Amino acid sequence: MISILLARLHQKHRTFRYPDGPAPKVSDRLRGRPTLDPARCLPGCSVCRDVCPTGAAAAGPDGRLVMDLGRCLFCGRCAEACPQQAIAFTTDHRLAVSRREDLLLAAGAQLQLATAMGNRLRSFLGRSLRLRQVSAGGCNACEADSNVLTTVGWDLQRFGIDFVASPRHADGILVTGPVTENMRTALLKTYEAVPAPKIVIAVGSCAVAGGPFVDHPEVHNGIAALLPVDLFVPGCPPHPLTILDGLLRLVGVLADR
Amino acid sequence: MTVNADLLLRNGQAAPLGAVPDVGIDVFRNRVVAAVAGGMRLAALFGRPDADAPGAIRLVAVLASDSTSHLSLLRTCVERDYPALTPDCPQAHWFEREIAEQWDIRPKGHPWLKPVRFHEPYARGAGVFAHPGQGPLCGVTDFFRVEGEEIHEVAVGPVHAGVIEPGHFRFQCHGETVLHLEISLGYQHRGIERRLVGGPDARTLHLVETAAGDTTVGHATAYCQALESLAGVGVPARAQAIRGIALELERLTCHIGDLGALAGDIGFLPTASYCGRIRGDGLNMTAQLCGSRFGRGLLTPGGVRFDIDAARADDLLRRLDAVAADAASAINLLWNKPSVMARFEETGTLSAETVRQIGLVGPAARACGIGLDVRHDHPAGIFSFAHVPVATWHSGDVFARAYVRWLEVQRSVEFVRDQLRGLPDGPIAVAMPPLAPGRTVVTLVEGWRGEVCHVAATDDAGRLAHYKIIDPSLHNWFGLALALRGQQISDFPLCNKSFNLSYCGHDL
Repeated sequence: MISILLARLHQKHRTFRYPDGPAPKVSDRLRGRPTLDPARCLPGCSVCRDVCPTGAAAAGPDGRLVMDLGRCLFCGRCAEACPQQAIAFTTDHRLAVSRREDLLLAAGAQLQLATAMGNRLRSFLGRSLRLRQVSAGGCNACEADSNVLTTVGWDLQRFGIDFVASPRHADGILVTGPVTENMRTALLKTYEAVPAPKIVIAVGSCAVAGGPFVDHPEVHNGIAALLPVDLFVPGCPPHPLTILDGLLRLVGVLADR
Repeated sequence: MTVNADLLLRNGQAAPLGAVPDVGIDVFRNRVVAAVAGGMRLAALFGRPDADAPGAIRLVAVLASDSTSHLSLLRTCVERDYPALTPDCPQAHWFEREIAEQWDIRPKGHPWLKPVRFHEPYARGAGVFAHPGQGPLCGVTDFFRVEGEEIHEVAVGPVHAGVIEPGHFRFQCHGETVLHLEISLGYQHRGIERRLVGGPDARTLHLVETAAGDTTVGHATAYCQALESLAGVGVPARAQAIRGIALELERLTCHIGDLGALAGDIGFLPTASYCGRIRGDGLNMTAQLCGSRFGRGLLTPGGVRFDIDAARADDLLRRLDAVAADAASAINLLWNKPSVMARFEETGTLSAETVRQIGLVGPAARACGIGLDVRHDHPAGIFSFAHVPVATWHSGDVFARAYVRWLEVQRSVEFVRDQLRGLPDGPIAVAMPPLAPGRTVVTLVEGWRGEVCHVAATDDAGRLAHYKIIDPSLHNWFGLALALRGQQISDFPLCNKSFNLSYCGHDL
């Protein structure tokens, strides 16, 4: 018993003060929200498109770069290869959006971050959001960094958000993975088992758009073609702070931040 | 121990494809069976199409001699079927099911020939798994059933209660006692190996990194070493050291997380809640290296993409000291608590004999007293120069698998500390020339779950003609099934977490 108390003293109180205090410090090498400099990007140049593993970097209507952050794996190869340094990855973790098209980042444009769920739904759910997580081809990185939100540092439950075992007890599902054909039925059945109204959250590049497996015949390029999605959280995997940011925007905690 | 006239290679040593002995199926079978009976391990057995043998499938065997650090390669040609190796060499059982599923070649006499991943065959042949009128349905297969009035069956998954990957578990129970557990996977199949053929291209490394996302560094290291061998380049010492640091950070981080989860599964909450957080501190160290908590983007063929300067090394050393102290405080609570040890000891026990028979690897093998460790047996990269003591325990139960992991956490901490203090000078990467045509290579890496094995072969143009990935989970899932025999079904989560195998690494 005494050893447990001594360990308790050693381990201290570790729950982050975020969002009332500062966010936990991220690595200075974190590849978060990218910026595109329209003045530097040369029309007709395709260096970034050539090195991009998933076709996230593409030419817009004017021939200049548009980045699809839904497809982006945040590998940073484009920024490394660009002869004009027109692409840079900032350490800004805020990436979650409400609509798939909001992830198309044009040069100089702002990212339209996720908005809160509607008032009717919010009053229905109260201050509680219970989620059933479904991994449908996820590689265990998105799963791990979703799960980490329930550890003492992040303490997701203090926001009224938690993961539950049964879809019957859930207000929605949080999906990871590109949706393999072999998990399609189980995913749809889990969704059906959640009582309406229900929320669908796509966490990670795979669930948003197929990730590194995009266009493999074995996968469905994410969940958007199968289910109505309320929140898209890009990243491979997204930083836990990015996932939390998305969840808190969805429940209206971060509306003005 | 060695098999005469086989091609003997070291870990990461490339050879011309033509140098791999091509023998008849009977000779192939006899040699593999004899080698495994003589103490070698079947690290890989797989099929691939071969331009030299149209209509047939090449079978390739990679036998590991752990005492002499050799890998022995052998190949043969089969068409519709062949006499299965499994009845005389149980280590081959999962591999032969995979061969049947991928290439529609029937291993005749296989004791339980069932799909592994539930996909259409890559080539149509003998119709091993026919799915009339529809594609394969994942999880729909013949399950072994125990008959009897008091026997009941429990089916779990693919969607489980926790935030984990999907898989299906079928228990045959008598009361609370599990007589047999059958594990049916494939839900995570993303078609990785098939997409690697014709590479390398811009996406190849990302597919390898996400083969098993919690073993990003392990698989990326095996892949990069394979490509570097095929291209004939040596990696700078500094890059090798940084790869080693990342690999050991991956190991200690996952082990700490799992020890916490083991504590959680038995309701011992102090260690469970502390370790969850400490694991995050470990992941953040990897993020300090390369921006990703899982090591994404750190490795590249030819070296690494991120350097560690003196200030970053100091910062990492400070973080490492904190992780080591916090982990010791949290994990050492386990070993002297009767309520913990009563659940850990003599639960899910495997014998050393079973480990050898079915070819288990990694901490699961070391927990049965078998000193199997790629870093020691087949050292490559930094591990050729910096040795990590092999951690073993003898009891083969949940306690042993937990305790071996704790020993490994401490040794990984020491390794990372040594490397950070004495990083070699020099560049962190070299340019990659094209891959040499018509060559093959086997690379082994001791990932945190055990042996990661990659086998690559190039075509005449120097593109990847075939790429085989074997996650340690492929060897070890069957070990979990055997560990459950005679156990209480309520101990399944505990046994499962003591292995903590990868679903996606198996399903690919």
